[in-house]
Amino acid sequence: MNSQALIIKTLDHNFGNLKALDNINLSLKQGDYSILLGLNGAGKTTLFSLITRLYDNQTGSIEIFSHNIKKNPSKALANIGVVFQQPTIDLDLTVEQNLHYHASLHGMRKNVALDNALTELKRQNMQDIFKKKVRELSGGQKRRVEIVRALMHKPKLLLLDEPTVGVDIENRKLIVKHVRNLCAEKKIAVLWATHLIDEVDQEGKLIILHKGKVLANDTVKNILKNTKIKNVSNAFDYFTKN
Amino acid sequence: MSIFQFYLCFKGIVFRESLRFFYQRERFFSALIRPLVWLAIFAVGFRSLLGVSRPLGQPENWPYPISLIPYELYIAAGLIAMIQLFNGMQSSLSMVYDREMGSMRTLLVSPFPRSFLLISKLVAGVSVSILQVFAFLMIALFWDIELPMIGYITVVPALFLSGMMLGALGMFLSSAIKQLENFAGVMNFVIFPMFFASSALYPLWKIRESSEILFYFCSYNPFTHAVELIRFSLYGQLNEKSLIFVFIFLLIFLMLAIYGYDPSKGFVVKKKV
Repeated sequence: MNSQALIIKTLDHNFGNLKALDNINLSLKQGDYSILLGLNGAGKTTLFSLITRLYDNQTGSIEIFSHNIKKNPSKALANIGVVFQQPTIDLDLTVEQNLHYHASLHGMRKNVALDNALTELKRQNMQDIFKKKVRELSGGQKRRVEIVRALMHKPKLLLLDEPTVGVDIENRKLIVKHVRNLCAEKKIAVLWATHLIDEVDQEGKLIILHKGKVLANDTVKNILKNTKIKNVSNAFDYFTKN
Repeated sequence: MSIFQFYLCFKGIVFRESLRFFYQRERFFSALIRPLVWLAIFAVGFRSLLGVSRPLGQPENWPYPISLIPYELYIAAGLIAMIQLFNGMQSSLSMVYDREMGSMRTLLVSPFPRSFLLISKLVAGVSVSILQVFAFLMIALFWDIELPMIGYITVVPALFLSGMMLGALGMFLSSAIKQLENFAGVMNFVIFPMFFASSALYPLWKIRESSEILFYFCSYNPFTHAVELIRFSLYGQLNEKSLIFVFIFLLIFLMLAIYGYDPSKGFVVKKKV
């Protein structure tokens, strides 16, 4: 098994004359927990859109477990679980129906997929919402259902694009803890995009994206050690304001 | 991916559309009310003024068993096609909405080929429109719009093809439209010209008597051929010319829709999905 979950090389992306991403190079190994930190408009969502092939990369390459997303999208996408910035769950359907729909989009049998999902919901003590309509759930519950959904097809790379937006502090903590555990227990590679400094895990990796460029890409410890700065907030200012 | 997995994916997409249809019953009723208003008010009002008779020298344009038919019987086929036209546009509107709200992404990041996903979504939408048409046909019995038994069977493949063609047009439009707000304008530029410049409300030979240019415009309107394909199929007959037109337009619109959603070339590349 290839331990490289994601390799991005010399990736640029333009929207007309606007350069959204500029020469991005980064990689994630299996079990890596990486935070992609950047202000709004830094290019995080564009990067996620390219990794998930919502649109093709214009230059460079993106490989997911050795499968080039452009040349072999089917195999590459089968390895990805994704939680988008905007909720993508159908409010009019029940949790079960939403999960069933997602399972079918990955060619999974309903019973197997829903058993997996129910086990995951039980683990989070959320089994009672299985038959509820999504509209009846709280913001935090919806996001956690989306994470359960993203994991149903057992992906090896989990992409989370600002998954805690609109979620209260208590639920934010739960989500961060849950994803951190997933990473440790199941060796899933996680790329978590956020603009919230307090979501940066001191034990993980940190990628600072600013105006489409990667300004730092290392473990949090190394970044703090090399810059001789005490906290991530100041380190972020150091890179983005210099 | 195995064939069975393709089947599971297709089934899931159709299942979701059916559920949405079930939960959005007002959408079903509004789609039904529209043609019924035309039938119950417009057509009945016009009944006393005009009936439609077999054109001289053009027997191929006449599927009906008698030479002079009441107006509401004539426009039934047009109203059925109208249901499908609105359904296609409604599906496309919901795709623009889904894209703006983000739920379109769930579909597009599936590992199945994008063309397969889009066609599955189209088939799901068409299945819903066929149910709407049959509900309309049941209610239309109160206005003596009764078809031969064979018509209720032969209309199904015609509805499938015309629904696919109109749905593919809607899907193409949804890929080209940047924002939900722009959709109303496109509806005015697409739905009304397509509907009125067709044989839905009046036979083309009547239009020709007034304007030769308009007649040619109507003759190449894909909606005219959807109407005529349906009209003949309602009486167990096949209008071969319309079948060919519908099939060709279906392929063109489908290719444009698939191009529109192509991640490297299509319109979605130029804006955020």
